[in-house]
Amino acid sequence: MDKHAKLKFILTLLVVLVSFGALYIAQGTMNSFYIRVLNLAAIYAILALSLNLILGFTGMFSLGHAGFMCIGSYVAGILTMSPASKEIIYFMEPIHPLLANVQWPILPAILLGGIIAALFGFMIGFPALRLRDDYLAIATLGFAEIIRIVVTNVIPITNGALGLKNIPSVDSLLVYWGCAIVTLIVLMRIINSSWGYAFKAIRDNEIAAQAMGINIFKHKLLSFTIGAFFAGIAGALMAFLITSIDPTMYRFTFTFQILLIVVLGGMGSLSGSVVAAVIFSILMEVLRFVEQPMNLLGLEISGIPGMRMVIFSLGLLLIILFYRRGLMGTNEFNWNWVLNRLGIKTSHQGKRGEAN
Amino acid sequence: MAELLRTEHLSMEFGGLRAVSDLAITISEGEIIGLIGPNGAGKTTVFNVITGVYRPTTGKVVFAGDDITGWRPDQITERGIARTFQNIRLFETMSVLENVMIAKHVRLKATLSEAILGLPRYGKARQQHYQECLELLEKVQLDDVAFEQATSLPYGKQRRLEIARALATEPQLLLLDEPAAGMNPQESLELMEFVKRIRQEFDLTVFMIEHHMEVVMGVCQRIYVLDYGVTLAEGNPEEIQNNEKVIEAYLGAVDIDA
Repeated sequence: MDKHAKLKFILTLLVVLVSFGALYIAQGTMNSFYIRVLNLAAIYAILALSLNLILGFTGMFSLGHAGFMCIGSYVAGILTMSPASKEIIYFMEPIHPLLANVQWPILPAILLGGIIAALFGFMIGFPALRLRDDYLAIATLGFAEIIRIVVTNVIPITNGALGLKNIPSVDSLLVYWGCAIVTLIVLMRIINSSWGYAFKAIRDNEIAAQAMGINIFKHKLLSFTIGAFFAGIAGALMAFLITSIDPTMYRFTFTFQILLIVVLGGMGSLSGSVVAAVIFSILMEVLRFVEQPMNLLGLEISGIPGMRMVIFSLGLLLIILFYRRGLMGTNEFNWNWVLNRLGIKTSHQGKRGEAN
Repeated sequence: MAELLRTEHLSMEFGGLRAVSDLAITISEGEIIGLIGPNGAGKTTVFNVITGVYRPTTGKVVFAGDDITGWRPDQITERGIARTFQNIRLFETMSVLENVMIAKHVRLKATLSEAILGLPRYGKARQQHYQECLELLEKVQLDDVAFEQATSLPYGKQRRLEIARALATEPQLLLLDEPAAGMNPQESLELMEFVKRIRQEFDLTVFMIEHHMEVVMGVCQRIYVLDYGVTLAEGNPEEIQNNEKVIEAYLGAVDIDA
């Protein structure tokens, strides 16, 4: 075994403990705005991680993430709203009697949001994953739009275009980052398992993967369903963060924001996705000033909403032109690198130690 | 010797093009069989039909008593037919060992949830496959590069890795699609010995497409000659070398002095 395995395990444990400690302290000391930004970062991280599993590790160009997220949000929202506020909000058409009196706790609602999204992922993946590349992208984009339009129109369940309001608010960093950390750990374990390698084999060379006995369709569907599950979880968290949702939030432009994070972090790097998600959500706030009215060298500019996305688009262009691999490429954060920097010699190939 | 693979009236049409026509091949256990023919004769198509990449237009493929016509490629691999590719198809982002371990994925007797939770059944199975693959790499003399990136290997070793990867699926029948392509005479000679050796060691039957005549004549017990999808001749190397039709269609008017 690796000489430094123990040290690395302790370091990992330490990082996890310290980050939970930091979250706890942050919860007590930071103002609600910063907490909100951090929570949003956690949601973006989950979304980017799940899209990275589909796109970066299995090589499926899917653009249906906003749709799965939409399902997660609505499931969690409907399940947790109080019967009283449901009665007030559903004024166009009363809510379906089966749903009128349910009020679940937060965590089971999040989980069910993920499960229903996974179910839809499975159903959509079944026909769509016979396609690949651009065709798959178009099909999944279409399915995501279909989900949004169905949600807009099944008024007794979703309240249509009016959306849901008064969803219970959750502002605990531990809930959001807890979910993000669980997502990261689960996906890391998948990626490093035999299944993860099967996904990567499909991405690298589908024909060869098939010749190795891997059932391509089954594995693609598995990866897609897992991705949809975590997108649903993120959707549920989103509902609790902003407490009022409506179908227009889940347009395909939202998928492109997540895609941007994945490309920025590196397709095929989980740690890259997390880092990029945090950077993205902080920049989204920092760059708000560009949308304010301003005075440029005597030139009066009234605020232009959406200017931030222009900056992000330019950034994406630059990344694709000059730094295609993104922040991390297909590399992951690993302790060997850190230890070497600190002057502790580790064998350069961690795995070679295991072989001997 | 028991029969291992048989094709009956096998034809493959692409639109109006008849790539393989009424092919009848019989391969017995333990044989090394060659498949030769000029470019575009339909040799690789034969492989693709046998391994399930294409579904034949007519006819059937029988492997060890099972009619495998129309099976998916992964099912056929699991049943015991492994193959290599004419143009090398390695998993680029992975190490040599990881490339070989992919073949063990279908043999893993554990579920994904066990892997996520890190339960011992998964760990043990994975560790066992790890050992098996290391041993396999030792047998094909790739153990010294086990942790290198697969695509960083020199060409000859990449070819050998492709064969090793096919062996890891624990096949009965190994299909080699031009294993000596792009090799110099010395390397082809080594490859010949290598193929003979692994056939012994892994108790294999080998069916190979090859253009290098020295390799085909040196290693194959029987040879099928294909031209425009039609079987032109069948026989041992000597018979093939002296077959007029073959000389005319495949080797042209040039004398061969073998």
